[in-house]
Amino acid sequence: MTMTSNKKVYTDEKILKKLMEDSNITIEDALENEMVINMGPQHPATHGVLRLLLRIDGETVVNCVPELGYLHRGYEKMAEEMSYIEFIPHTDRLDYTATMCNNVAYVLAVEKLLGIEAPKRAQYIRMMVAELSRIAAHMVAIGTYAMDVGAVTMVMWTFREREKIQNIFDRLAGARFTTSYTRIGGVASDADDETLKMVREFLDQFHPAFEEMDKLLLPNKIFINRLEGIGVLNKDDAIELGVTGPNLRASGVAYDVRRAKPYLFYDEIDFNIPVYTEGDCLARYFLRGDEVRESVKILYQILDKMPAGEVRANDPKHVLPHKTEIYTKMEELIHDFMIINYGINPPEGDVFFSAENPKGELGFYIVSNGKGKPWKLKIRSPSFCNLQAIAQLCKGAMISDVIAIIGSLDPVMGEADK
Amino acid sequence: MEQKNITSKIKEKFGESVLEITEFRGDVSLSVTPNKIVEIAEFLKNDEDLQFVMCKDVTAIDWATRKNRFTIVYHVYSFKNNFNLRIKATISEDPPVIDSVTSVWRSANWYERETYDMYGINFRNHPDLRRMYMPEGFEYHPLRKEFPVLGIPGSLPLPEKPE
Repeated sequence: MTMTSNKKVYTDEKILKKLMEDSNITIEDALENEMVINMGPQHPATHGVLRLLLRIDGETVVNCVPELGYLHRGYEKMAEEMSYIEFIPHTDRLDYTATMCNNVAYVLAVEKLLGIEAPKRAQYIRMMVAELSRIAAHMVAIGTYAMDVGAVTMVMWTFREREKIQNIFDRLAGARFTTSYTRIGGVASDADDETLKMVREFLDQFHPAFEEMDKLLLPNKIFINRLEGIGVLNKDDAIELGVTGPNLRASGVAYDVRRAKPYLFYDEIDFNIPVYTEGDCLARYFLRGDEVRESVKILYQILDKMPAGEVRANDPKHVLPHKTEIYTKMEELIHDFMIINYGINPPEGDVFFSAENPKGELGFYIVSNGKGKPWKLKIRSPSFCNLQAIAQLCKGAMISDVIAIIGSLDPVMGEADK
Repeated sequence: MEQKNITSKIKEKFGESVLEITEFRGDVSLSVTPNKIVEIAEFLKNDEDLQFVMCKDVTAIDWATRKNRFTIVYHVYSFKNNFNLRIKATISEDPPVIDSVTSVWRSANWYERETYDMYGINFRNHPDLRRMYMPEGFEYHPLRKEFPVLGIPGSLPLPEKPE
């Protein structure tokens, strides 16, 4: 890390004398003094409403205190007052760059509590949308990260690709951004051949486009020098601080929930877990790029293996019937009425389910008392846990590196503040 | 290590402090006495065979009407055994105090601050027990069951109305 000394003392006697006469502080005081600056919450580079209190000595950060809660909407409280199904749209608003991943993680947690399983095709579709969402989230992460450190072109390129993914979501879920696509026991609607074709077309053109992005950034010496060796998080600290996801893997821990505790059908898919040992900002950048490539690989396999069949489990007490059936069949109408009005009533007990999200390990801890609403629903949000490392990373860094460090940790405040 | 070996090893070491070992949907929970929580945490983390090095989450459950009102829930993970363990310690409402495990797992720092903010649990020996989400002057603990979802009017000071 380059640390420039700031303790240069004026040598010009005249200026010094004049300054001394004007004020009652000594020039040494002025240079030695530490300053506290308030970065955020309305700061474009803090990725939302993150506030950092920085004590700086010259340009070096002496201490950093993160303040959270500016986007706190109390989802955990709201969850206690609504049925399990009603909470699905709220999961969109957690990590709003990867809405599908949140949807999938939440319904899997509820299904674990209920002890039911969605049909294979539904699970494959969930896997597909989760991986598409992962690419979309990493596109935001890479684009805004590059923009934060000065490479503004990148964000245009990455958002162009992200738009294409959102078009696929539009066709699949009826919404580009707030998808709310998954249902307990399945997904909202089947992916038709046209959608699958769109995914394949997207993947075919995405690979060369992503290579081009690499060509845009990686020969750029300014970009590399700006990130190399900055914000080093070593392996032990990363584990100690509860960091998960790409940030943990960039520090040399090959931990991925998809591999460690395979959910959906990730055990049928062949993919690598990219790991870097440097743990600096550049490693975190590379790691996200590698993850995108792995996701592309996974998506091709999903498309090849996509099984035929139902997309909702046959469990009328817990799974909403399809709309067309509600309008034509009596039984389905009754079940729909009961599920919507009285909830799905899972058995008493508590489960913790976590899924690998683009930001890290998203966990839901649900306590059920056997009624239609959760007694308690705790969200273990990866951005919140990853942000805990920020104080340590910023200590000793230059103030302009703080921007790079925030970008490399890639927090989303919607999730960190819940 | 197998799941049985893990739980029996903890049971062997702490005997009566481990009140109950339950399993639901594949999740293993360990109920322990609250005064032994730090000792147990240290053992879980430092034992050669266990190595629960990562604390994933700390939260509380408010049981509202029960005599021992709060259950503090810890989720810890062992990379070596690829095993998630849940530890529960139940404490009474008056006073809602438990020892902090920050000295064992540094990540518990923010989790415990959040739990303090939301449930008003005081973590003894916590280095920096401030509110995490709610503003400093806020008097209530919003995830307690008696706090209404709509909030309490006047509990958050709003800017004064312009003339």
